[in-house]
Amino acid sequence: MNVLYFAWVRERIGLPREEVESSAETVSDLVDELVAREERYAAAFADRSALRVAIDQELSDFDAPLKGAREVAFFPPMTGG
Amino acid sequence: MRVSVQEAPFDLGAETARFAAGHQTMGAVVTFTGVVRDSDAGTLQVMEIEHYPGMTERALTEIAGEAQRRWSLGDVLVIHRHGSLTPGEMIMMVATAARHRKDAFEAAEFLMDYLKSRAPFWKREVTDQGTDWVAARDEDEDALSRW
Repeated sequence: MNVLYFAWVRERIGLPREEVESSAETVSDLVDELVAREERYAAAFADRSALRVAIDQELSDFDAPLKGAREVAFFPPMTGG
Repeated sequence: MRVSVQEAPFDLGAETARFAAGHQTMGAVVTFTGVVRDSDAGTLQVMEIEHYPGMTERALTEIAGEAQRRWSLGDVLVIHRHGSLTPGEMIMMVATAARHRKDAFEAAEFLMDYLKSRAPFWKREVTDQGTDWVAARDEDEDALSRW
């Protein structure tokens, strides 16, 4: 699936998007896999309560199942307007 | 309904005039415009606005649609910019048209509250001290609960 990062999450991880091969069942499982990879992921996901997630461009949450998801995005709380 | 996510500046007067025209049964048009504010007088050089192409348009359309379901509106307009903006530049505008002003005002406030924390934009301030992401405020999240 495509994994996207925005704002300071993008900066900490060092890239805006990547293709990830994963059999993670939930968003949390996917984050666990990413965090286990490298320190920069651990730094970006250190405080999950400070992050938001969207699955296929709809806001979701960390407990949500990933079955069928094509695009998962991680970002800090939004500051529009 | 029209939703536009754009880098280019918009002409507030022209957009408002175009929006208001052709709504003979609408007695009220409300507009709100957000402007880049230099909070610490003179230190903000640039406000950079990042967004999530695709989801942004989708989220704005959903929010505008929800406003149309909740209030009796003739039309809704949302324009939101991204990219690098300088203090005093207009970031975004919403406009609502309704038969009566109460619907137009309330729907415009609803749109603003939701745009703040449910549309995927992130602001970063560039000052002579460096760059800093603007943190979301609890009040903005709390504001949603009144709807």
